[in-house]
Amino acid sequence: MPLSDIPNLTIFEIHNKLKNLDFTPTDLLNVIFSRINDHEPTINGFISIFKEKAYQEAEIIGEKFKTGAELSLLAGIPIAVKDNICVKDELTTCGSKILHNFRSPYDATAIKQLKKAGAIVIGKTNLDEFAMGSSNETSYFGPVKNPLNPNYVPGGSSGGSAAVVAYGGSIGALGSDTGGSIRQPASFCGVVGLKPTYGRVSRYGLVAFASSLDCIGPIAKNVCDVALILSIIAGYDLHDATTVDFPVGSLIPDKNKVKDYTLGIPKEYLEEEIDDEVRKVFNDTIKELKDYVREIKIVSLPHTPYHLPCYYLICTAEASSNLARYDGVRYGLREKSEYLIQMYEATRDVGFGKEVKRRILLGTYALSKGYYDEYYGTAQKVRSLIKKDFDDAFRECDLIITPTSPTLPFKLNERITNPLAMYRSDVFTTGPSLAGLPAISVAAPQKVGGFSVGIQIIGRPFGEKEILDCALAIEELNK
Amino acid sequence: MTEDRYEVVIGMEIHAQLKTKSKMFCACAVQFKDKPNSNVCPICLGLPGTLPTVNFEAVRLATRAALALNCQINPKSSFARKHYFYPDLPKGYQITQYKEPLAVNGFVEIDGKKIRIKRLHLEEDSGKLIHSGKESLVDFNRCGVPLIEIVTEPDINSSEEAVRYLEELKRILTYIDVSDCDMEKGHFRCEPNISLRKAGEEKLGTRTELKNLNSLRNVREGLEFEIARQTTILTRGEKIIQETLLWDEKTKTAQPMRSKEESEDYRYFPEPDLPPLVLSQTFIDEVRKEIPLLPQARRQLLISKYQLDKNLVEIITEDKKFADYFDDVVKYCSKAQLVANWLVTEVRGILNTRNIAITEFPISSDVLAELLVMLDKQEITSKAAKIIFEEMLNSKKRPREIAEEKGLLISFDEERLMTIIKETLKENPDVVEKYRKGKTTVLGFLIGEVLRKVQGRFLPQRVGELVKKFLDEDLR
Ligand SMILES: [Zn+2]
Repeated sequence: MPLSDIPNLTIFEIHNKLKNLDFTPTDLLNVIFSRINDHEPTINGFISIFKEKAYQEAEIIGEKFKTGAELSLLAGIPIAVKDNICVKDELTTCGSKILHNFRSPYDATAIKQLKKAGAIVIGKTNLDEFAMGSSNETSYFGPVKNPLNPNYVPGGSSGGSAAVVAYGGSIGALGSDTGGSIRQPASFCGVVGLKPTYGRVSRYGLVAFASSLDCIGPIAKNVCDVALILSIIAGYDLHDATTVDFPVGSLIPDKNKVKDYTLGIPKEYLEEEIDDEVRKVFNDTIKELKDYVREIKIVSLPHTPYHLPCYYLICTAEASSNLARYDGVRYGLREKSEYLIQMYEATRDVGFGKEVKRRILLGTYALSKGYYDEYYGTAQKVRSLIKKDFDDAFRECDLIITPTSPTLPFKLNERITNPLAMYRSDVFTTGPSLAGLPAISVAAPQKVGGFSVGIQIIGRPFGEKEILDCALAIEELNK
Repeated sequence: MTEDRYEVVIGMEIHAQLKTKSKMFCACAVQFKDKPNSNVCPICLGLPGTLPTVNFEAVRLATRAALALNCQINPKSSFARKHYFYPDLPKGYQITQYKEPLAVNGFVEIDGKKIRIKRLHLEEDSGKLIHSGKESLVDFNRCGVPLIEIVTEPDINSSEEAVRYLEELKRILTYIDVSDCDMEKGHFRCEPNISLRKAGEEKLGTRTELKNLNSLRNVREGLEFEIARQTTILTRGEKIIQETLLWDEKTKTAQPMRSKEESEDYRYFPEPDLPPLVLSQTFIDEVRKEIPLLPQARRQLLISKYQLDKNLVEIITEDKKFADYFDDVVKYCSKAQLVANWLVTEVRGILNTRNIAITEFPISSDVLAELLVMLDKQEITSKAAKIIFEEMLNSKKRPREIAEEKGLLISFDEERLMTIIKETLKENPDVVEKYRKGKTTVLGFLIGEVLRKVQGRFLPQRVGELVKKFLDEDLR
């Protein structure tokens, strides 16, 4: 096997080869960095790369492998991290000018766990500014291109993480998902991305966009790698009061389990506008899957039409609050001005991009006196109805299966001027986010014009294992 | 005259700093003496990605305060964000409790009147701005320190009552060891709102809020100023503007703080980073057991148990540690009245001149009791007792030891006393002469002279008797 093929192996396979000393973690890094060298000029998936530090760590882990030590499966595995997750002493820009020079003095809990497992954080990946976007075109550091076709967007906002995994610039990556920001780019780039149950993975060190929705999750080339990374970062954290003290258990997927599962297709989702190609691939996948699962049936999520408006109210309201701390006083950008208020205004004006400003304004409006009950309050009530829809549906099925996105990847600049059309990319992913449910996007077997179509599998709370089982079954259909 | 026409209505918002070791939402120490920004971490600085977690010691103390103030504890309360931009507020919002406070519906009783407490909730403090020349610097050491906010109903009707309420509240909070309530250090901050209404009217008038009152004296003066100001305006038939006034201690006047942006929109919304605070009945019961006898009950107990004077009792119970000291002394010396007198005059005198707390007082309760027992048993005179007391402050010796050394134990050697009396009368022939001529008022002088000579070794009463007897007998 030529070394350049390493990125196509699973983490488990790489681990065995490292253990057998077929190649070293340094060799692995050489391959990864050469891929990065080749693709970055076009793709723009990374904001910062920690080459020197990565090699130092690779050397140390290489030595450990040589002694025959029993190491974690992630030991020596390169991981790329979305640039809204804090890595100690490194830049955490959130793709924004206002934080273009901010270095975090601490590690996010997920990063701490990865480092403990011996994973090598190789760099920070590009994203929509403050994770707000569905196309990765709002980053201060420029758009990310889709490695499957650079004229197209990679999806957002974890577009950088999905893209670098897709072109082999990293074995795995962390992304963050608020309303589909892991699943949708995973779908557009033809990789696997998982949004865990809210509270499953600590948010400590994830720069907040919409706190009640944000989740850190893994992106990788295959379902097993995603399961493996998730098992390392999941768990209760003293630093995050919203994490749940619930045993993670084994997440190793087993495709044979799907014979016990009933899959539900929400009929309201099928009534939404969906690209013909996407609909066809989805239907074909369902047909193929039928032989393996116990049953596939139509279920109902009656509040589906409210998913997007409810999501955008809640996420903009929370964003307006979370982004209040970027005022130029303590770190990041500061525009000079004689008076305090003018300094705030100038810093925030220059520091934030258009989409971020739009959402701050929407959110501020939704929270302001006299409008709170009408907007945020109502959205909260609708949110509990949406949750109930899912609860009801899960009485009839074990998993819910949908397309990840109603569309195929679109061209750069195609939707950036039409925010409403852009927001529609999230129509299938926001529901599970509002309900706090785990969901995965995995590529369907058929390709369309060089692109994959992502299939989303939604599970019950803490049902990560089940969605991974089903995703693995779909992945196997590809073969 | 104006007092007849208008009724004063005052409501109070009090912020008291909780006596925790660490901050409300992170593990940083609560310490301000250290240099600026030394007790900070990514969490209290609100750095990107950080999250708050609740300090349960703060919850415990706040619950204790709420119970001591007769509040109802909400089994489920929740945190909210209150937004405003200011450099000492790192997150752009303060975490506080809004719609669901920790506790509601309490009261504090002063002079038989109940001042109702509307709510008591937990929140975090902000940092501090230091202005130097053209620059402003921020110190975040205070940022995230746990506070309780106590809000009353508009039940206070005079500046006098306001001060009484604050005194009692401070006393309760220090009794239960929840806050040090040091106003100068900012542990206890109050913001009264004041309005006037025509006597007999039900509707409240337009209110103003007073800020920057950092002593009880400022509270009194500030309220009096504002009541007078509002009275003048209303008497002229003009309208009060709703505004926040800053009290200036030097000029003894209050100036409006903001004019334009009076009605701020804090855009409150539930804090998504913190789940609701759920308190079990077991926890609440457990906290209830931590509450000691409160000042009011303690005063009543002292009055009924020892028949002490109300004013004396008030002084003794002013500070819990002082009252504890009293109780300890009484354990060894059962003459409560004597103990009370000594504590209020002698002991407090020393505390005041040395500016120390009772906990730093050098004489332990049992040793002081020993002295008072000697005094009570007439083994020493009260003059001798004071001499011994002075000595005890500076040495580790027991009172009896000092008394013996200095020869201060009461002597019953009347022969010796007679000699001294004779001597004294011989030294003051003109005074004796006056007495003989019927001017009996000089008796006091002669007794005083003898007492001076005997240095507290004889009972003054006996000295008096003997001097008189001697003079009278001699006359015959
Ligand atoms: Zn701290």
